[in-house]
Amino acid sequence: MTVLSRREWLLSDRPASRRQARLGQVYRTWLGFRSNWLAMVGLAIVLTLILVAAFADVIAPYDPVVGGDLRTERFLPPFTDGHILGTDDLSRDIFSRIVHGSRLTLMVVVLVAVIATPIGLLVGTTAGYFGRWVDVTLMRITDIFLAFPRLILALAFVAALGPGIENAIIAIAITSWPPYARLARAETLTIRDSDFINAARLQGASSARILWGHITPLCLSSVIIRVTLDMAGIILTAAGLGFLGLGAQPPQPEWGAMIAAGRRFLIDQWWVATMPGIAIFIVSLGFNLLGDGLRDVLDPKARK
Amino acid sequence: MSDTTANGGRESALLRFLWKTVKLLATVALTFLGLLLATFLIGRVVPVDPVLAVIGDRAPQSVYDRVYVELGLDRPLYEQFWLYLEKVFTGDFGQSFLTKRDIVDDIRRVFPATLELATVAILIGTLFGIPLGVWAAVRQGRFADQFVRVFGLIGYSAPIFWLGLLGLLVFYARLHWVAGPGRIDIAYEYSITAKTGLLLLDSAMQGEWDAFKNVFSHIILPASLLGYFSMAYISRMTRSFMLNELAQEYVTTARVKGVPEWRIIWVHALGNAAVPLVTVVALSYANLLEGSVLTETVFAWPGLGQYLTNSLQNADMNAVLGGTLVIGAIFVGLNLLSDLLYNLLDPRVRRHA
Repeated sequence: MTVLSRREWLLSDRPASRRQARLGQVYRTWLGFRSNWLAMVGLAIVLTLILVAAFADVIAPYDPVVGGDLRTERFLPPFTDGHILGTDDLSRDIFSRIVHGSRLTLMVVVLVAVIATPIGLLVGTTAGYFGRWVDVTLMRITDIFLAFPRLILALAFVAALGPGIENAIIAIAITSWPPYARLARAETLTIRDSDFINAARLQGASSARILWGHITPLCLSSVIIRVTLDMAGIILTAAGLGFLGLGAQPPQPEWGAMIAAGRRFLIDQWWVATMPGIAIFIVSLGFNLLGDGLRDVLDPKARK
Repeated sequence: MSDTTANGGRESALLRFLWKTVKLLATVALTFLGLLLATFLIGRVVPVDPVLAVIGDRAPQSVYDRVYVELGLDRPLYEQFWLYLEKVFTGDFGQSFLTKRDIVDDIRRVFPATLELATVAILIGTLFGIPLGVWAAVRQGRFADQFVRVFGLIGYSAPIFWLGLLGLLVFYARLHWVAGPGRIDIAYEYSITAKTGLLLLDSAMQGEWDAFKNVFSHIILPASLLGYFSMAYISRMTRSFMLNELAQEYVTTARVKGVPEWRIIWVHALGNAAVPLVTVVALSYANLLEGSVLTETVFAWPGLGQYLTNSLQNADMNAVLGGTLVIGAIFVGLNLLSDLLYNLLDPRVRRHA
């Protein structure tokens, strides 16, 4: 037998090991994903965001918080020497602020996902697995959280906790887990009575072990798609809170707060409010495209 | 014999429908109770001292203690919750710290502005969203489909407050096509008497067409923006419902029979897709409330959203919780309405209820 190329090895329909089968599956998914150019654009945007956030210090030519000369460098229009996106009312370079703001955006997205996903998984799988009154109670609570529009509930929470980016993250996380719980519950219901779960139970596995070791991994992929689809919404909610003055506080270069600050100079110095908005728009468009593409590839039912 | 079974069948169907409605109402009541509990608990953890909010920080200790007891703060939490329930159900949300008026009156005053904005927005969203969705479904995978998809994605991705600011910059400040922030120019404010509180309706009914024009040029920009966001959602859902219907066998049958294509699309398929679409429209109407908070802030629109953000920025917790509760209640109400409509309109749901 000749040595297979890496591609042939991945696409083999008779995998020799579990690892090969799994990698082959990932590769096929990637091939499907790659054929969707809109999804690739989304992926590129998200990767760019991550890179920009990681190398913000190198990319940004100026300090994001300390401005230049207040007499000569205020409100420089875009494409002025050295200030590609112009400067704001405190002579700060807008491009540098946006670059550093990407860190805040990424932090919000990652932290919300890290907090909300496990809560949703835990609540959903528990409700689905135990059924009866546990299910009823947990799902009622979930419905109550779903009964508020998300931004409004986040507003109320931030009002209670006090403004600030950490509290905004907590508030958004508290308001985003219910859909994941519903999804995880639905998935759990379909696998709860299957033979391998019964076998595990008969072998004496505890409920916690079944939930964590057998059910959660199976719910994970659909929940992750859902989280990716929600990320644009998370970014927009965070920006909205920032715009209302309840998220990141000045002088932090948070994009929503930057728009709010530029609002006063909208008519004469339009670029101050416009540029951070473009950044928000591009990033959330990227997450939307990525999420759409992932759903198309991983969930053939939704593809029509 | 057959007569009685038919009768019995109908009666039990009615009973089942009633039972379902009762169950639905019970769920809603429970959800509403949870809503109240949530606002109550949020109100308890706020770092603002509710007593100081009433008496100010210069009152002597004796006054402080008296008000403390009056507000029921010395009692256990569940009794406080009960007191809160009693108050809410008698329409007492407390007084606004800012305006010194009852929250209920404040909300009643600002609500029509939001209602008007949201209604015009949902009209725009539905009138454009449904045809776009149908168009995308019919031209599935072709240019039109991609166009509608990207158009919708832009709506999903742009921050609404930013689009609002850009809209003001371009259409108001530069092009002078529309009027600026606010609901109406001061010059027209007193030419119409508020009856419904919906200025478009009021001015039209009183024949004040100049005022109507002015109100219209104020509302069109924020309503179009809000409408764009619901349009993105409505067109996407319409597309997927229509694809579902167009793949059904009755469509093939109709084609074989020689029914014209426009009739198949707009009458047969859309007619069947209309039932779930009602739910979608009701839900997006509810979601507009959320968008309106930011839009109203940008456009200085004197509605519920602006009231909420104003109160937030001034730490006026009574008003914030009152507003949150009202918005939550409307949200629950619209959800209930869409459920009921669904039951009412879809013969399959009615039968298998």
